[in-house]
Amino acid sequence: MTKIKDFIGRYQLSHLLILAVILLVVMPLAMDIFRLNLVGKYLTYAFVALGLVLCWGYGGILSLGQGVFFGLGGYCMAMFLKLEASSPEHTAIQSTPGIPDFMDWNQLTALPWFWEPFHSFGFTLLAVVLVPALFAFIIGVAMFKRRVSGVYFAIITQAIAAILTILIIGQQGYTGGVNGITDLRTLNGWDIRTDSAKYILYFINAFLLIGCLIAARYIIKSKLGRLLVAMREREDRVRFSGYDVSSFKIFIYCVAAVFSAIGGAMFTLQVGFMSPSFVGIVPSIEMVIFCAVGGRLSILGAVYGTLLVNWAKTSFSESFPELWLFAMGALFIGVVMAFPNGLAGLYQTYVEPRLQRFRKPAPVASQSQVVSLEAGKTATTTNSADKEYSHAGNQ
Amino acid sequence: MFADYTMTELTSIFAMQGFAGLILFSVFVLMALGLAIIFGQMGVINMAHGEFMILGAYVTYLTSTLFAEYLPSIYGSYFFIAMIFAFIVTAALGALVEWAIIRHLYKRPLDTLLATWGLSLILQQLYRSVFGAREVGVTLPDWLMGSYALNDSIEIPINGLFVMGLTIVITVGVALMMQKSRLGKQTRAVVQNRPMAAAVGINTEKVDRMTFALGCGIAGIAGSAFTMIGSTGPTSGQLYIVDTFLVVVFGGASSLIGTVASAFTISQAQSTMEFFLSGSTAKVLTLLTVVGILMLRPQGLFSLKIRR
Repeated sequence: MTKIKDFIGRYQLSHLLILAVILLVVMPLAMDIFRLNLVGKYLTYAFVALGLVLCWGYGGILSLGQGVFFGLGGYCMAMFLKLEASSPEHTAIQSTPGIPDFMDWNQLTALPWFWEPFHSFGFTLLAVVLVPALFAFIIGVAMFKRRVSGVYFAIITQAIAAILTILIIGQQGYTGGVNGITDLRTLNGWDIRTDSAKYILYFINAFLLIGCLIAARYIIKSKLGRLLVAMREREDRVRFSGYDVSSFKIFIYCVAAVFSAIGGAMFTLQVGFMSPSFVGIVPSIEMVIFCAVGGRLSILGAVYGTLLVNWAKTSFSESFPELWLFAMGALFIGVVMAFPNGLAGLYQTYVEPRLQRFRKPAPVASQSQVVSLEAGKTATTTNSADKEYSHAGNQ
Repeated sequence: MFADYTMTELTSIFAMQGFAGLILFSVFVLMALGLAIIFGQMGVINMAHGEFMILGAYVTYLTSTLFAEYLPSIYGSYFFIAMIFAFIVTAALGALVEWAIIRHLYKRPLDTLLATWGLSLILQQLYRSVFGAREVGVTLPDWLMGSYALNDSIEIPINGLFVMGLTIVITVGVALMMQKSRLGKQTRAVVQNRPMAAAVGINTEKVDRMTFALGCGIAGIAGSAFTMIGSTGPTSGQLYIVDTFLVVVFGGASSLIGTVASAFTISQAQSTMEFFLSGSTAKVLTLLTVVGILMLRPQGLFSLKIRR
């Protein structure tokens, strides 16, 4: 029993358990399938936000092009689904049956070579993970080995997002252009548009997210996580200590890319289409704000932040569409200036001390460890909670 | 791809596309100058720079409407007054923004990026609420209309020429100011060594505010010039912001000559390729090349060597 408690304490799993209960029990019971599907869609963005917590919050690498990886993952999945939806029987009215409809509209007569392997589901699943990882690896090697960092990295990733969007929109015949890949029907013969399929996909999505959260927690708690923080604070010192800084950066950037890509693939499955409007600069920056609202140093905060911002966006743009951009802009400025640690920071400052007092006499030290970015201290948000749980475990 | 054209046709094509490229170059330079001052000198990423430019364009539009309404006799000269207004309004807004937001974030450059992005969203929506979502354009005065025919196949629009002339004047003005004026010297001193600059009695906070306001003011003038060659909508600014950042970074962030050189290269490459390839392919190729070169030479084409 103590072992389990220790385990939970070490990886701060109690908060994760609460989140899991919310996602897996409360949400499905409280909402109808339309709303639940919407939540599922938001949760796919949480994958991206989670990746950003790792590479921006911990690694200090701000990527403004995470939409690229979200899009790559989503497009890989969409290509498989589209090929299945355009079997020769379904597309008999086209001049070339058996190819996706938008290719037919653009006078293509044969399937392009890079579409061919997407007939196989196994290959698609691999591609969802490997294509973005490889792409991130190439970008990472090119940039971090040359010690491009900070602001320059942000601008270049932004340019890459712009390039990919222009490319997708420009190459209509191969990518479906500005409409994206639409009209997706079945996954290996299983209709993904029915309510039951949406329920199942929601749960798969939630489990994947929780899996990614555990993986992220593991990375943060490992030595690698410590090194990332050290690199963010004093890159030179880490380098002088004999570490190859760029490899760590490349690794964490690839991890973030893979998380985003999984989110993208799940997005395609749940929403039923993929388009360039989730790839470009604007969605990429929006994803950064999900992460910032949740707290750039809190992996669970990323999920709550994403849900909160998207819920606000949906309800605002339903009732006051013109106010939404004002609110969003104010949110950007407010989060950056007033709450650099986001929701997680608020939780640690105001809620946690009270909870601790409630449970047992609070160790005074843990309160003062609430870290603010402004002070420029090394931020280890999980410390206070950690201590508390290890106390509990030792009893 | 050249085989289908005769030699004279090719010459004309290159001349025309070169000229179109020069207009694009003017827009890039005007926008990038302000950005180079703000980003290059202060290290602040101003994602709302495009919106400052559009503010200048809207001010010009308002001025031209006022002139058409009340002073039609001297409508021909509205542009110069509009330009001054545009500068004053955007510089004032810039100073306000610096005071309210930017000065708290100097130590966190990545956060200025997010905050100014938020500002750009607010400004966009503001323009949409005030001026409507449709694009507005100014009526050009007579002396800017028409074009100047060089020979049978090459025609050069006068408004384009005017904008280019304006660009040259402003660029020279900014360069002179950075080199010779008191503010320029103080700015460069603060950039190179802030504590030392403060120690010799420069009010660094004031210099920061003036520099930011100046950068925004130049964006306003850019917007003014922009109305000469295109119409203005709430989101027009965002179209150029990524390109402009690339221009500034590619040129070497703190070098004005680098900014001009890179704006020239990028705009010419893009407009020449646009004729032979599709617009999107040309843009992709240009951006890819720039990103590729930046990976090889992260400090940009021209870089200032400072010991930090």
